[in-house]
Formats: sequence, structure tokens, C-alpha cells
Amino acid sequence: MSTLLDVKALTVEFATRRGTVQAVKRVDLEVAKGETVGVVGESGSGKSVTSYAVMRILDRAGRIADGSVAFSGLDLRAATERQMTDLRGREISMIFQNPRMALNPIRKVGRQIEDVLRRHAQAGSMDARAKAIEMLTQVRIARPEERYHAYPFELSGGMCQRIVIALALACRPQLLIADEPTTGLDVTTQKAVMDLVSELTKARGMSTILITHDLGLAAAYCDKVVVMKKGEVVETAGAREVFAAPKDDYTKRLMRATPRPGSTLRGLLPEGTAPAERPAAAGSGETLLKVEGLLKEYPRQGVSKTWRQMFGGGAAATDEAPFRAVDGISFEIARGESLGLVGESGCGKSTTSMMVMRLLDPTAGKITLGGDDIGAIPARSFAASKHRRRIQMVFQDPTDSLNPRFTAARAIADPLLRMSALKGRHAIRTRCEELATLVGLPLDLLDRFPHQLSGGQKARVGIARAIALDPELVILDEPTAALDVSVQAVVLNLLDDLKAKLGMSYLFVSHDLHVVRLLCDRVIVMRQGRIVEEGTSEKVLEAPEADYTRELISAIPHPPV
Amino acid sequence: MRAVARRLATIVPTLIGVVIVTFLLTRVLPGDPAAYFAGPTADQASIDQIRAALGLDQPLPVQFAAYVKDLATGNLGNALSTGQPVLTELAARLPASAELTLTALLISMSIAIPLGILAAVKEGSFIDHVCRVVTTAGVSLPVFFTGLLFVYVFYYLLGWAPAPVGRLDVYFTEPERITGFFTIDSLLAGDLETFRAAASQLFLPAATLALFSLAPIARMTRASMLSVLSSEFIRTARAAGLRSRTVILAYAFRNAMLPVVTTLGMVFSFLLGANVLVEKVFAWPGVGSFAVEALIQSDYAPVQGFVLAMALLYVALNLVIDLVYGLIDPRVRLEA
Repeated sequence: MSTLLDVKALTVEFATRRGTVQAVKRVDLEVAKGETVGVVGESGSGKSVTSYAVMRILDRAGRIADGSVAFSGLDLRAATERQMTDLRGREISMIFQNPRMALNPIRKVGRQIEDVLRRHAQAGSMDARAKAIEMLTQVRIARPEERYHAYPFELSGGMCQRIVIALALACRPQLLIADEPTTGLDVTTQKAVMDLVSELTKARGMSTILITHDLGLAAAYCDKVVVMKKGEVVETAGAREVFAAPKDDYTKRLMRATPRPGSTLRGLLPEGTAPAERPAAAGSGETLLKVEGLLKEYPRQGVSKTWRQMFGGGAAATDEAPFRAVDGISFEIARGESLGLVGESGCGKSTTSMMVMRLLDPTAGKITLGGDDIGAIPARSFAASKHRRRIQMVFQDPTDSLNPRFTAARAIADPLLRMSALKGRHAIRTRCEELATLVGLPLDLLDRFPHQLSGGQKARVGIARAIALDPELVILDEPTAALDVSVQAVVLNLLDDLKAKLGMSYLFVSHDLHVVRLLCDRVIVMRQGRIVEEGTSEKVLEAPEADYTRELISAIPHPPV
Repeated sequence: MRAVARRLATIVPTLIGVVIVTFLLTRVLPGDPAAYFAGPTADQASIDQIRAALGLDQPLPVQFAAYVKDLATGNLGNALSTGQPVLTELAARLPASAELTLTALLISMSIAIPLGILAAVKEGSFIDHVCRVVTTAGVSLPVFFTGLLFVYVFYYLLGWAPAPVGRLDVYFTEPERITGFFTIDSLLAGDLETFRAAASQLFLPAATLALFSLAPIARMTRASMLSVLSSEFIRTARAAGLRSRTVILAYAFRNAMLPVVTTLGMVFSFLLGANVLVEKVFAWPGVGSFAVEALIQSDYAPVQGFVLAMALLYVALNLVIDLVYGLIDPRVRLEA
């Protein structure tokens, strides 16, 4: 196979206020024709920057300091900007994470595909529209003529990513760079999108660079894997070899930290650092939370008819029947038990957790906590209720859920100030330090602001804040979704230890069945507001009864065991 | 059209509020119109007589009822200073103000928007600094100063501009009134001579106002463009190889337009009511100077009429802006 892209000793520098930082250090990367290469690494590994450097679309602050980039024998470092714009989209193109943001929000998606086709003279004014619709058909968009007129906000995340793929492949490039193309998408959507990409690129004999933090994804779709760490390549090998016999320590650690069938919570931690396996503490059997016939309806929304008459376009006709986000579900959580709530976006799992948290009023149904009917207290006055301190929440994004102007100590003290009997600076500070020790946050970090903390440290602050009042139930809303796998491993272990130590119950909301299995005793699988399967974690994962659960499990890519 | 109708319905409470507030405010202001118009030598009896004739001796609720009744029939009262009905006065002066303001805004936009875009695209470059200097200078020079400076340089020293004597030199007759804008009316009448005269009268005051309004428009365009240019879909467009011209105009600028349109609306309504100083310097017969004079004389009817007319204009302007929003951004249509 001949080499399509050859990157040698690439070094990229960024000018920052603290001087020049090398984001990528002497990276070598070779992509053969028709080959799919995975670039794997955690945040800050320089995997995205490498690809931006190849495309020469670095920010103004970044520059290629050293090395060479050759594409089909052409020196991309020496190419003029004009040559580069001709090359981008026609020879090398890119798809991005967060597909909705990657599309122009106020231009019809069909027009955006046309723009690229016309730019590279693949279509004229006569046939541009037909060719754009043809591209929509190729990426399996149903009703392409109609969807040509859609705006990104009218499409789902998965559909937006298909549009971005259509944009990228419209001019039949030789190389596709996919930068975390499925982050933030549901597992089944992820599988559909990745299968589509790999099918289209194979059919066209294209090469692909797949940039991802997910080892499973790289294993499932790549021929060769390049593992990066802090701007350097630590290992390059065939996909099978990397996973079967990783050579580098960092690769080994990443492999361990990635949840997969058969792995245990302790097993995620690097060898030698894991504490002894703790005997699983099952729930006491006494019911803590009881949810009966929970229902939440929303009125339907859509583009008003008037606007569609006046300006055309618009989504499907508005339907007057209310939409049921949660459709009469019942479940229980025992004291000391953790229950996983799994499902894809829009299945109603977040709405359910919001109602249990009493941030949202149910349309119908009953929520009792330890015998007290908390569902009867309106969400608006629940903050003042004496039951409020019994339920706490840990949020998905550790950064966004902290006040940027509060120090870590102030954030942890927040519930103490509002709802505890503790009075006086000293008492509260002492309690904060106790909590910080409990969650493993070094005490000298307590006076730092969120932007001075790492993702894992911020997650610890969020957890300390949630357990400050010794709650009986903690709702964990995808607490590790924004974290790197190695940090996720540590945080999951911490959550498990805390539960045993403090005797709390967890309601763990997640889309990742493997993560749920590690932490939860029982699992509920939700779809379209209803419970499709319920049972112990082992049973649901190893012998699922519902077709939907099977589909979910099979869609999760994982490294070979 | 239903959305527009619904939007219009929300105007009603605003207008009721405006009517009540303007009525009360004019009554609260110090000064007695009866005494003012009776003149300095009048005795108490004749002042009382004038007061009774104006209905000012009645209790406030009765006065208010009379005022609302007149409003309902389209009667805004008479301006005591000129003796003309307020409606006639406003109808004559509002187009003068509107013509001046719109021209100023057009000049301002045609300079400020390209300047803002360039400054954002080439952030930190020479053009960015030029943008900063020009806008800072424009906003920090008071309009009466720039106005006088322009008159001094272009009329007195260079003789390029005509004397600042209002909308039209005395040698010309006003064009037949169609829109009330002299430049447009003269063109419609096919009278190029009058058009040139009207345009030359218009240019200096409009330029004065434009200079002042450059700053908000250029700064908003720059800031809005900067934030859009750093967004992810611009990166996608670049990665797809689109020409920078397409990326900047078709992709970035259209997205950056919403805050710019908002600013334009604010600048327009601000200029329309607040260009009294320019009107004074150029002897422009606009509504601003009319209202100020009426206010000084405690002449209630014109002040009330002026505020009401401004409120109506402002409401209409906001409606137009909302509709423009919907045209620019399909997402806004959802909320309509």
C-alpha cells in the first residue's frame, strides 16, 4: 500500500500568556491509501491539534514549529494558503464532534452541502441541488428532498452528524479526518454513524484518521492505532496488537481503565494502586425511594403555522396531543442500594431524575422517600422543605455545575450554609476539610477556583458538595461522562467507597451500560418514557430479555477482552 | 399574519401606559401655561380666563378624560405657541426628522458595518486600530461641536456646502408632498435641481449624526463577528475549503447580524428623538427642537403629542426588528 499522508516529527506550538507551549512534540503519523488509523489519547494529548495542523486550520495562536507534512507527495507546510483551500474539502476533509455546532445554524443543510460542491466545482447552479440531495440519500437521510430544506436545529444530533459527513464526503476526498465524530451521541446512533462512515470510506477507497478517546471505538473500526499522551506518540501498532499486547505503560493503563465486559470496579485502577476488593454490600432491603405511576406530559411544540406560511420551510406539522416524556413508570430503591437508570437521549431518564429531585412537578404519580410523600410538595417550595437535604445531586458537567466565582471550599460549604445547623466560619471550614479528605481532594486545593482545578478535582468538589449534608439518596446524573477514562475509573471507585462508608443510596443516570454495571446493583432500561427491562446488573447485561437492551449492549464498542 | 397580530396586541398596554405617563408628567412639570400665554403684564382675571378656556381649571381626572376623548377622535390638541393643531405640526416635522435620521443611519451603516467586519477578521491589525480610533473619536465629539466644525469648514471656509438654513434653500420651492422626504419627493417629481439642493442641505447634518452613531454599530459588528468567527461551524466551513469571502459574508456575517440589527433599532430611535442639537445647529425643522420648545413653554399638547408619536414609532420599529429577526434566524420563528 502506498502512503497517502506522511507526518514526520511534527511539532506544534501555541503562544500563550505564559509563553510558548508545545502541544504536539515530534509526532510521526503515516496513513496508507485505504487505511483507517485511530489516534487515541485522553484530553490534552494533542490528538486534535495534530489533525488541525495537517489541515492547516490551527487557531491564530498556534503554528507548526517543526517537522514535515506530506500528502500524496505534496509538502503541505510549503503549500500556499490558496492551494490549501483548494485541498480542503476536496482532497482532505474533516468531521467534527458536536455535529449540531459544526453546522451553520441559519442556513438550510442542503445549501451547506451545495456550498461545498460548488466551491470545488463538483456541481454548477443547475445540478447542485440534485447532487446535494443525492449526498443526503447516500448518508441515509430519510425523505432527502424534504430534509434539504431543514435547518440544523430541526434535526437530531445523529442526523446532523450525517449532514456533516455528507459535507465532508461530497467532493470525494482521499482522506477523511474524523475528530471524535460520535462523542455526545447515543450508542446506537454512534454505531449507525460509524458503520456509515466506514462503509462509505471503504466503498470509495478512502483513508480515514479516527481521533477518539474511546479505545473501544478505535478497536472496532481501525486497522492501526496511534496512542498519544501529552503531545507525544507513545505507541503505534496494528489495532489487534495494541489491544492484545500493549507495550507502553500508558497504553496498558488506558486499557485497564476502559470499562468492558468482565472488568471490575477495582480492576479499572492502575495495577498495584487498587485497594483490596470490598465485599459487595447489598441493600438492607428496607425501601428508601418508592416511585409509583410517574407521568410527565409536555405540550407539543413546533414552528408556528403562520411563520411557515409566510416564509416557508419548517418542521413537521404540530401535533396537539401532549408529549409524554415519562409514561407512568414505577420503581423502588432500597437503603444502601444503587439503581442504574439507563437509556438513550430522549428516553425520559433525566426527566425522571429531575422529578425525583423535585425540580420538576410530575403530571401524575407518587414519589415517597422513606415513607414521606415528597411528590406532593410542589417543586417550587421543595427547596425550603425539611426533606430537601435528604436528596442531593451530582451533575454531568463538573465545570458547568460549579459557580466560577466560588472557591472549592465555598462550593462545598454552600449546602452547609443553607441547610445545616452548623454556625460559624470555623465549624464550616472544619466540615469542608473533613469532606475534602473524604473525597480525596487535597486540602491545599480548597481555596482554588474551578478554573484552577482539573476535571477530576472538580468532580470531587461536586461530590463533596452533594454528600455534605449526609443525604440518604444521591442522584448521579452521568457524573463521569465528561471525564477521561483514567479519571472516570478513580471517580467511580470513589463513589462506590463513599456509598459503603456513608450508607447512601444512588440513583445513577447514564447512557453507558458498562459503567452502570460496575457501580449498580440493579438496572432499569428506559425507552420512550417507559421501562423496557429491569433486573440485577448481571442479569440485564449478560442475559438481556428485551430486544432493545440487546441492541444497546451490542452497540457498545469495546476493546477485545 | 397571526403572529404579527398577536405581537401588535401586546402593544396596547404599552400605549395606555404611555398616554397616562405623558399626561401626568406634563402636569407635574413646573410652570403654568396660562400665565405664560397671558404674558408678563396680564392680571389675575385674564390668566384665569385663559386657564378656563384651556380647561386647566378642571380637576385632573376630568382633564384626562377630555384628553383621551380627543385622542380617540385623532385630535392631539393645538400648539399654543403656533396656534396650529399638533397633528399638523408633527406631520410636517416628523418626515424632516425621519429623513435626516435615516440618511444618517444609512451613511453610518455603510461605513460602520464594513469597518466592524474588517476589524474582526483582521483582529489586532492596522484596520482594527483605525476602527477603534474612528469610533472613539466619533462618540466622544459632541454633535453640536462636529456640526459647527462641519459648517465652519465646508460652508464658511471651503464653500462646498450650502448655508445651514434648514431643509431647502429659499430659492427652491418644496416638492409636491408624497412621502414628506424632500429628496425622494423631488425625485418622484423628476425635479433634479430640487433634489440636488435638498440633498446638499441634508448632507452635513446627516454626516454629523452618522459620525456620532458610528461607534455603537461598528463596535457591535466587530464584537458579534468575533464571537461568530470563533464558533465551530466556521471551522467546518474552513475545513470544507470554502473561500474566505463566502465564510465571512455568507456564514459569519449573517449569523452576526442579530445583535447588529438590535443595535440599529436602538440607534435609530435614539437619534430620531435626540438630535435636537443637530436640528438647532442646522436650523432643521424637526420634531426634536419642536418638542423642546414646547416643553420650555409648558405647552402640554405638543409635548404629549410628541411623546405619543415617538412611542408609536418605537413600537413599530421594534415590530419591524422582530420580523427581521425571523427572516434572519429560522430559530426565532419558533417563538413567534
